[in-house]
Amino acid sequence: MSPEIIGYSFPNDIHVTWSLMIAMYPYLTGLVAGAFMVSALYHVFGITALKPVSRLSLVTSFGFLLFATVPLLVHLGHPERSLNIVFTPNFSSAMAGFGFIYTAYFILVLFEIWLIYRKDIILLARRSRGIKRAFYACLALGVYDISEPALAVDHKTVTILAAIGIPLACFLHGYVGFIFGAIKANAWWSTPLMPIVFLFSAIVSGIALLILLYLVLMKFANKPIEPECVQALCQWEWLFIIVTVTLELLEIITLAYERSEAWMVIAPLLSNQLAFSFIGIQIVFGSLIPIILLGIVVLLRSLLTNPLRNTIAFIAALLLMMQVFTMRWNIVIGGQIFSKSMRGFRENYSPGLFEKEGILVALLIFLLPFVAIAVFQKLFPNLEPSSDHAQKVEAH
Amino acid sequence: MQNRETEMSRRSFLGKTGGLAVLVVAGGVTTVFADSKQSEQIKKNPQAYDWSQHDYVYLVDTDKCIGCGSCVRACQKENHVPPHRFRTWVERYVVSHDGHTHIDSPDGARNGFPPVVSDYNVAKAFFVPKLCNHCTHTPCVQVCPVGASYRTKDGLILVDEKRCIGCGYCVQACPYGSRFIHPELHVASKCTLCYHRITKGMLPACVQSCPVQARMLGDRKKNGDKVAEIIATSKVVRVLKPELLTEPNCYYKNLSKEVY
Repeated sequence: MSPEIIGYSFPNDIHVTWSLMIAMYPYLTGLVAGAFMVSALYHVFGITALKPVSRLSLVTSFGFLLFATVPLLVHLGHPERSLNIVFTPNFSSAMAGFGFIYTAYFILVLFEIWLIYRKDIILLARRSRGIKRAFYACLALGVYDISEPALAVDHKTVTILAAIGIPLACFLHGYVGFIFGAIKANAWWSTPLMPIVFLFSAIVSGIALLILLYLVLMKFANKPIEPECVQALCQWEWLFIIVTVTLELLEIITLAYERSEAWMVIAPLLSNQLAFSFIGIQIVFGSLIPIILLGIVVLLRSLLTNPLRNTIAFIAALLLMMQVFTMRWNIVIGGQIFSKSMRGFRENYSPGLFEKEGILVALLIFLLPFVAIAVFQKLFPNLEPSSDHAQKVEAH
Repeated sequence: MQNRETEMSRRSFLGKTGGLAVLVVAGGVTTVFADSKQSEQIKKNPQAYDWSQHDYVYLVDTDKCIGCGSCVRACQKENHVPPHRFRTWVERYVVSHDGHTHIDSPDGARNGFPPVVSDYNVAKAFFVPKLCNHCTHTPCVQVCPVGASYRTKDGLILVDEKRCIGCGYCVQACPYGSRFIHPELHVASKCTLCYHRITKGMLPACVQSCPVQARMLGDRKKNGDKVAEIIATSKVVRVLKPELLTEPNCYYKNLSKEVY
């Protein structure tokens, strides 16, 4: 069945080749990069208020990293050939770098988590018996030194890894933006701003996810929520969403002001097919309202009670999670709504609920990282840094 | 035909990589030694096709096209093109005196065009056949992460269906809408200028079937080639979207300014 076409579309352009899965992919890697940035704020930039989420952020980043490639594999016509990207890459393609960047980042995060949890692992090994003991002992990799100097070396290494991780995480996600931004055939994608917009909105989504996870996990574990931590997360979130929206609007405004050729298709796109998802969700509901809410948290700090701050933070974070997903959607799908004939638009694309690249599969993929985080929490119960660990971190 | 074509494209790919051993991972790991089958074949049989002796160009004369859609039908039959996907299609332009342009291409003009209905006085109307431009600096080959899309020595852009992972990046990168993902094979698919035919000295199906010679195949390396001569000397020959610097090898004669 052919979609309805307005104007003239090249006949092959009526198909949306990159589906919901390709919108999922930058969303997941964005969460990977964004959550990592929060851990880097603590480990590298010394934002000690973020201590309660320093472990959670890294584990979250890793959890999402584990499943970031799943939407791609679901989308590929021949997933069984996917490793060709690594074994016989064509280096003139931006996409060819994927395997290498992904692997490098994977190793780095895994190593960093191991170092941070090393002491926990050894203590758990000592405390457990039988298979459990063997499991933790294996994870200790034969190193049982948890003396002060050894932990100090660990901490120093973690700081270095986190510092290396910043450009790597930027690369991992900026590269996704580049995949779109460097397509000269597509007026909606082709802009050098694209990787930067992707990166900043990734950080927004990462912080938002951590606000949600932190509040929910503490609530369920019946542990106190650190107001300083929520406040710090909100402050950073406020900064990053303001920068992100500025960049997103800057691109649109420049195109509109230039009256460029691209604008001839983007103007009708934004006022018709993407009117709801771009103006309604991405800009008003997803950006404007959270900016006001977080503005209240940041500017009226002394007037807020802790529960009120938590509630506002929670709502703002939910909206921002939605904003970033919508931004991914608007870029990926929006770029395929109009034809390269520059004269035709298809009706808006909506994925099916049960199809291979449909909504249900997307939801399942999105849930997987949370399962991974839960499993991790089960194996290594201290998602919150233990107080003595925290003291040590502070001591350095 | 499909098989033969795949075989040919694979052979060309292997030839292109010269003596390199290419590691192919498809399910399991298979190693293929590409020992330039092309040159071997030529040694055995001097009459065999030598791709270094050709440099194909394609020319469309829009003044001649009558919009019958024979080319589209021939292409679909010859290449088993799936429904609603097109290796070639024909566009119809109906332009008013004040520049208002109505364009259509019902089902790619597979069945020609219905009578034109316009609510304005028509200043000009014409047909424009479209196909892969086989660009010299093509973004589709550049963006292919596994090198499944490649440029042959005789100047064509082909897809190795056995290497393509079906990511669709090339479909996005082609500025002309010439590529699609094959709904059954799940790989990128496009015009090959009927490589399986032209390498045997035949014409592409679209050129062969055109009743008015609006479509022409030329060879820059052939002495006295008429098509190549027109492209080189005519002042009314141009390419689509020249500003993108993809350097198409598909040229258009008498192309109206409304077309891009």
